Amino acid sequence: MSELTNPATIVQEPETPGEQATRRAFLAAAGAAGLLYTAALAYPIYRYLASPEEMALSATAVTEVTLKDAQKLPLASVLMFKFGTAPAMLIHHADGRWIALTAVCTHLGCTVQYEPQADRIHCACHGGVYNAYTGANVSGPPPKPLKLFKTAVNDAGVEVSRA
Amino acid sequence: MTSKTTPSTVYDWVDERLGLSELAAFARHKTVPVHSQSFWYYWGGISLFLFLVQCFTGVLLLVYYRPGAEAYESVRQITFVMHFGWLIRSAHAWSANLMIFSILVHMFSVYFMKAYRKPREFGWLSGMVLLGIASVFGFSGYLLPMDELSYFATKVGLQIPMAIPFVGSGVANMLRGGPDVSEFTVQRFFALHVVVLPALFLPLLAFHLWLVQRHGNASPPSEEAKPANKRKSIPFMPNFLRKDLAMWLISLNILALLASVFPWALGRQADSLVPAPTGIHPEWYFMSPFEMLKLLGFVFSGKNAEAGEIAGILLFTLGIVLWVLIPFYDTGKPSGQRGRAAHYFGLLAVFALLATTVIGYWTIR
Repeated sequence: MSELTNPATIVQEPETPGEQATRRAFLAAAGAAGLLYTAALAYPIYRYLASPEEMALSATAVTEVTLKDAQKLPLASVLMFKFGTAPAMLIHHADGRWIALTAVCTHLGCTVQYEPQADRIHCACHGGVYNAYTGANVSGPPPKPLKLFKTAVNDAGVEVSRA
Repeated sequence: MTSKTTPSTVYDWVDERLGLSELAAFARHKTVPVHSQSFWYYWGGISLFLFLVQCFTGVLLLVYYRPGAEAYESVRQITFVMHFGWLIRSAHAWSANLMIFSILVHMFSVYFMKAYRKPREFGWLSGMVLLGIASVFGFSGYLLPMDELSYFATKVGLQIPMAIPFVGSGVANMLRGGPDVSEFTVQRFFALHVVVLPALFLPLLAFHLWLVQRHGNASPPSEEAKPANKRKSIPFMPNFLRKDLAMWLISLNILALLASVFPWALGRQADSLVPAPTGIHPEWYFMSPFEMLKLLGFVFSGKNAEAGEIAGILLFTLGIVLWVLIPFYDTGKPSGQRGRAAHYFGLLAVFALLATTVIGYWTIR
């Protein structure tokens, strides 16, 4: 089929079966090439956009955090810190016990707070309450307890590690 | 086929409301002339493709870029920390340069085909404004990484408005956000680059493309002179579109090759206390005007230097104004004396641009 046509006379020639076959082969090749291009473009873009996610994954691989000078934390007070990427809390109870737990509410993910007067952990979002020694969910909507960490106190600070 | 009163397919339903079949009929009847100069018809489409690449890669950079004081750090992160960030940044920078290049080719081909003549004056004018905005895109985008080169390029570039009598320093300070290039400059160049310029560019681009549909491709005067039955054309759908898309694919391949084999560099962080690096020079598309100003500075040296600078800017502005207004000078359909004069003016412009660019690169020290 000639591509050059006089504007006055555009003639459509009927296709022969042979032409139909080459056309099909061409379309298949073009489709395959298109898929390859799409993949070649999509892969770097996906990896680029997923970079922070991958960084977070390597950060959650953290098993131990050393909190410098945390041994000076006064009684009945709390220190918020990050364990990997997630918020966590170190509580120095009035009786001198050290407790570290995740600070992410198991209900819908708000950051919880330690209330020294009531000696409990409270989530302001939906009123969930946890035990400040064990992390057990006491009342309100939370379905699961907060996870406890192991703590080791020394002269330089407090070491918090996965239980 | 269904009757008009009972649309039975989704296509019919949509067509009845949006008139798709009118568009399809328009596309079927659209033709593109074929002649020895047809190659130049692709450059508008290539420019459009590269602009789309800019939009796409620009949004991807926006995901991690932080303007202001953290600008350099965020670009360093994009380039060296994020997966393939170097590639996306490199594609954005290369595509910007290729886009300016293809717009220039497009402009000169339109000029020498005399495609600015009636009824296409608005196409020419809107194209000139688009080129103007594209160069501001280039200038503002160049600062955003806030490395040494971009810092000094912006510092020097903003000296040009300084030469405008009376209001010059006010204009320059307004653009800079203070007396010196700082994080405030990056912040406002960023606003310009990603909000203001696209808001101006996109509607104007739509207008430009609509005009192309309205008037079709212009044929060069040598083709116009032929009798109608001697002129050839091909249908736009699918013949020309297929070739257009093939050009887009070639452009994509060239861009991918350049961006990955020659990744765009990131210099040291800008520091106003560090002297300008040797061999610093403007981007190639700004080389010519810079060199012209420099040459005029030599001619009017000493105490006349300032007058020479103003004269240079005036001369340059005059040249651009004449260039933009060419459709109102060279109106004749049969190429007469004015047509020839316009042709020579075009050749002079090409020669001046190339010569000053070559001299500019020759004299880098």
